[in-house]
Amino acid sequence: MELDIVALSRLQFATTALFHFLFVPLTLGLSVLLAIMETVYVMTGRTIWRQMTKFWGVLFGINFVVGVATGIVMEFQFGMNWSYYSQYVGDIFGAPLAIEGMMAFFLEATFVGLFFFGWDRLSKIGHLAATWAVALGSNFSALWILIANGWMQNPVGSAFNPETMRMEITSFFDVMFNPVAQAKFVHTVSAGYVTASIFVLGVSAWYLLNGRHLKLARRSMTVAASFGLAASLSVVVLGDESGYLTTEHQRMKMAAMEGMWHTEPAPAAFNLIGLPDQRARETHFAVQVPGVLGLIGTRSLTREIPGIFDLVEEAKDHIRDGIRAYDALQAIRAAPNGDAAPAEAKATFGDLGHRLGYALLLLRYVEDPRRATEADIEKAAWDTVPNVPTMFFAFRTMVGLGFFFILLTGTFFWLSARRALDRRRWLLRVAVIAIPLPWLAAELGWVVAEVGRQPWSIEGVLPTAAAVSNLGASTVLTTLLGFIAIYTCLFIVEMGLMLRAIRKGPDPDTGPEAPLAPGALVAAE
Amino acid sequence: MILHDLIAYDTLRLIWWVLLGVLLIGFAVMDGFDLGTQILLPFVAENDLERRVVINAVGPVWEGNQVWLILGGGAIFAAWPPLYAVSFSGFYLAMFLILFALILRPVGFKYRSKREGPGWRAGWDWGLFVGGLVPALVVGVAVGNVLRGVPFRFDDAMRIFYDGTTLFELLNPFALLAGLISVAMLTMHGAAWLMLKTSGPVETRARGYGISAALLTAILYALAGIWLWLGVDGYAVTSTVVTDGPSNPLAKSVEVAAGAWFRNYEAHPWMMVAPALGLAGPLIAAGLMALGRGGLALLASGLSIFGIVASVGLAMFPFILPSSVDPRSSLTVWDASSSHMTLFVMLAATVIFLPLIIAYTTWVYRVLWGKVDARAIQDGRGHSY
Repeated sequence: MELDIVALSRLQFATTALFHFLFVPLTLGLSVLLAIMETVYVMTGRTIWRQMTKFWGVLFGINFVVGVATGIVMEFQFGMNWSYYSQYVGDIFGAPLAIEGMMAFFLEATFVGLFFFGWDRLSKIGHLAATWAVALGSNFSALWILIANGWMQNPVGSAFNPETMRMEITSFFDVMFNPVAQAKFVHTVSAGYVTASIFVLGVSAWYLLNGRHLKLARRSMTVAASFGLAASLSVVVLGDESGYLTTEHQRMKMAAMEGMWHTEPAPAAFNLIGLPDQRARETHFAVQVPGVLGLIGTRSLTREIPGIFDLVEEAKDHIRDGIRAYDALQAIRAAPNGDAAPAEAKATFGDLGHRLGYALLLLRYVEDPRRATEADIEKAAWDTVPNVPTMFFAFRTMVGLGFFFILLTGTFFWLSARRALDRRRWLLRVAVIAIPLPWLAAELGWVVAEVGRQPWSIEGVLPTAAAVSNLGASTVLTTLLGFIAIYTCLFIVEMGLMLRAIRKGPDPDTGPEAPLAPGALVAAE
Repeated sequence: MILHDLIAYDTLRLIWWVLLGVLLIGFAVMDGFDLGTQILLPFVAENDLERRVVINAVGPVWEGNQVWLILGGGAIFAAWPPLYAVSFSGFYLAMFLILFALILRPVGFKYRSKREGPGWRAGWDWGLFVGGLVPALVVGVAVGNVLRGVPFRFDDAMRIFYDGTTLFELLNPFALLAGLISVAMLTMHGAAWLMLKTSGPVETRARGYGISAALLTAILYALAGIWLWLGVDGYAVTSTVVTDGPSNPLAKSVEVAAGAWFRNYEAHPWMMVAPALGLAGPLIAAGLMALGRGGLALLASGLSIFGIVASVGLAMFPFILPSSVDPRSSLTVWDASSSHMTLFVMLAATVIFLPLIIAYTTWVYRVLWGKVDARAIQDGRGHSY
């Protein structure tokens, strides 16, 4: 990849997104675990559960702030680095981001202050409400962000407006209830729950191995194992495969994940392992399991899953349609006002306007898509194939980890039920070693979703290369290096404080049980 | 969905222009006292305990306050996409500076008191100072540049081009003056907040700095008004204004004229309320601070911020981002908004959620009411920073 403005902007986005996503899954999951632990405290009145909530809350806080800090960069960099994108789709994409702020992040950020500062100021119920508000806020936050992201993958409920030269919303309902977005939401928050569960499980296992804080560690493990088992089953079973077949490109993403170059007779075989070769356009040494892919992908024995070659052929047709749409758009724009535009051009654009994005793929090769040669179309059509080896291995590693998490949380769930958590020390060691793995899976999930979307920023609508700001490469290189430096420092500081807090362990909680009702609190003072 | 026709397109645009102002003022008023407190941190506190008192004065609330900025960004993206696209990329390096400062801030608050070492804590204290000063300064400088016009233009496909918006060019004298106003104004606001939330020597010092900052705000604001009148050309639309047409900035013609930024005030004298507040507010705040009335001073400085921000918006109306190199490309309320339906949906969401936000924010501030207790910090009670 040569380092032009597009590559640099993508690198900067990926750096920020991947870094941001180191902190988000733990926030999502740990906020819910905190709420569960505190609920147990309020219901049973046992102060050990308050101590647990406070201890995991400290770790939550250290993690949370970096997520917040990098979240601002996430929101601002669309406008900074992707200004044509912002101009082109802001009418649709901006709304979920703004609603996320209003509905979710405000709630989360306002109550997180009370979570930390409100223990002595609030009644039991009042503080519990604040904790649940944080959990609810962070999860709603994920919902709206994934509605925005889902629209990038499957741009429903919108159409191009020649008068404003941008995409505009036609149905907010369709954008909100986009099936891809809903599937992604379930998948992503479940992954967050798994991350937090395995984090709590691993840290607690370390305490058990060292014979420290046994009461806190055992109880935490029980909560984490049961919550984590449910969540890891949900990640795999309700994974976002349900969205894959709904659009053109999700089919390309699937074919790339599978390294499936040619359409196979239904039901297609699953490539367990192999070595995809982008240049030769084939997958070497494939070990196949007959029928499995067809079953997972289509839930039928007869529907075919298209291979990459067939999808590229389809893309060529789309590009030709796109050129006609582009031509009609120019005719419409040339007319002095909308009404005077030639009826024929309007009709053509009405039919083929949704393929306009495919014409923009040609901008890499010709200035005016209408002058594209067959060779240009061939090249642009092959551009619609994402990086197959990356997709192939990222997907397999992620899925493999997903099954491992089920096994791990399931084992500890069983041990916890038999009250035998610390009987097998090697299992505790496995739990400690497993701590970083959910993060690896989550980052790979991002790679599968977003590398798989290339070459599009908005699937079928706007190519990534056309979406960037007209900035100098040196300018973006400067900020990229700046961000990398900041993130590296933040990461070191964050990890240092995290490890310190874990080594230090929970503060002793000797205080009395807090009163239940607000009135009682005043009386107690 | 025909629902959105319930409110006319031009009415929605006007409402969203007002809401844009509400969000910017909301950010400046709410997060403003956090930024001001950070700026004052090295000056009003002389030992570690005092510094912790200052930090804990904003500790529980800065996170919620910061969402005004995040919501502002999101709302500009959703309601004014061309404004979001042009300003964030046009002020690229300035935005990077703001982001840098805003990253320092949350980690500074959260991490500073987690370790004992004096080097560690002093380092984060400087981080917090920079994290308060830089956003305050850069946002002010940006507003100054917006008043002068920003060198951008659109091509026929609405791609955005910039003719030289290097960081250096942004730092012209008028914009720097605007930046100083912003810093002085937020310092005044932070001082009023500290007077309300602290006691003893910190409160006394905050009062001293607050009075100076307030007086400086009034003087600099008056100076900027005169400069704007004499030395900065305004913009005016010369073609027929279509208020409910498609959002296409290129469909109009625009002239650059001396004094054009004052035409709204000539035509609608009631608008003078805003600059009057901007001028009188800081003076009243200074007086109240001298009398030791922190709460009322906070109210007065909040009103000053309202007046100062609103006076800029009203002067420029209907412009929201004028272009100095291709005035026709300038963004106005009537040609830079989202579609009719998006504005309507966003308004519906705002009508539902904004009152809720205000309600629970008020509740949280009530729970946290009262001065910061230095002893509680020393004892490590209440999970203080």
